Amino acid sequence: MTALVAMLRKDLLLQWRGRAQIVAIFAFGAATLLLFSFAIGPDSVALRQHAAGFLWLGLLLASTLSLADSFEGEMEEQALEGLLLLPASARAIYYGKAIANCAQLTLMGAALVSLIVVLYDAGTLRLLSLLGVIVLGATGLSAPGTLYAAMTAQSRARQTLLPLLLFPLVVPVLLAAVKATSLLILGDPMGQLGSWASLLGVFAVVHWALGGMFFERVVED
Amino acid sequence: MPQPTQRPVPQAIVALGAALLCIGSYWGLAKAPAEVFMGDVQRIMYVHVPTAWNAMLALTYAFICAVSFLFTNSWKWDNRLEAALEVGVVLSLLLCTQGAIWAKPTWGVWWDWDPRLTTTAVLVFAFGGILALRTFVDDPMKRAVWSAVACIVAFADVPLVYFSVKWWNSLHQAQSTPETVSKAFHWPLRINAFGILFLWTGLLTLRARTAALRLRSEIAPPLPERPRALSEARIAGGGG
Repeated sequence: MTALVAMLRKDLLLQWRGRAQIVAIFAFGAATLLLFSFAIGPDSVALRQHAAGFLWLGLLLASTLSLADSFEGEMEEQALEGLLLLPASARAIYYGKAIANCAQLTLMGAALVSLIVVLYDAGTLRLLSLLGVIVLGATGLSAPGTLYAAMTAQSRARQTLLPLLLFPLVVPVLLAAVKATSLLILGDPMGQLGSWASLLGVFAVVHWALGGMFFERVVED
Repeated sequence: MPQPTQRPVPQAIVALGAALLCIGSYWGLAKAPAEVFMGDVQRIMYVHVPTAWNAMLALTYAFICAVSFLFTNSWKWDNRLEAALEVGVVLSLLLCTQGAIWAKPTWGVWWDWDPRLTTTAVLVFAFGGILALRTFVDDPMKRAVWSAVACIVAFADVPLVYFSVKWWNSLHQAQSTPETVSKAFHWPLRINAFGILFLWTGLLTLRARTAALRLRSEIAPPLPERPRALSEARIAGGGG
């Protein structure tokens, strides 16, 4: 547990020191939201209806940059090997990094929500529920994302490989998060929010368990 | 590492599979009666349904190979994994294509976001991505471990993808099994199912042999350098 806290602290500190990169990734996500509205046209009803989809697509696209970036530093001067030599389990390294990635994605998701309110007039008063959906969605994206980022950072064509591996895998997250967010924005007369949130929760549990189980094999020589 | 065997058994299995597929397809196209509601369009079922069964079987075998490799670290499982992934992706791609061909006259559209159709499309991309990963990793051990891990993770994701899409949208008819179709359709369906099974099993064995040969060349020590004078003399004389 101490090792996990130390790893998390290290990753959060690295993110804080490289905050210019986080701002750049957020700007990328914001630019995609702007472009999506050009694709649909100035129909405010249609834009509001698709706002949840745009939000999660923007976050998913931005996540590939932030996830890849989380292992970029570890590849320089064999830093990952140094980490593995420390008296800490590989599982602690994985969970530390995955939690830090999840925090970053949650922050980015919350910031992008403010943009969809402005651009698409797609707000909700159920802020805590919306935050819960963003946290669950970010948790689902960061678990397999961190595992795959560890692989692709050490391979050729890493910019292509990470989205290629991650996007098909996170289809359930995208579907459930879009549906849940949409229900919060447009109304939930049938009370379906809980089912979609449960799906997000099950996905997160399965992939956090698998990530912790296999990370050691992925990073060992 | 064991030498890859050269017995012609896989070729014989491929030939048997191809023969069965020809017999089953002829039976399905010429002998079996047309379905009451769909007419001749239904005849694609004789390849579509066996392809679906075999695609799932091949990807399940890939999962078994992945788990076996991680437990045993034996290269033979990595070779089989590579072959099973390729066979599974090709069969899934064929399944999507046949589904689209059947959907146009039946549903009026080439594609619908039905759970099984969408899950198959997601499988093509998920397992196709693992094949891409294998292409871009040079170290054989890393390639084997990473693709085995990615295969297990993708396989574990299949039920989640299926149920999420099912909640989202559902249109597909009930799954076809020998119990859900008339007895007149049984034989061509079963013959084609075994035909495709034999075909991919033989091809998988041959592909695993190719993978084993490539692995041998990758992990073989480099050949000792020839003395410079001797090499130059051979080049000048045109010798090999």
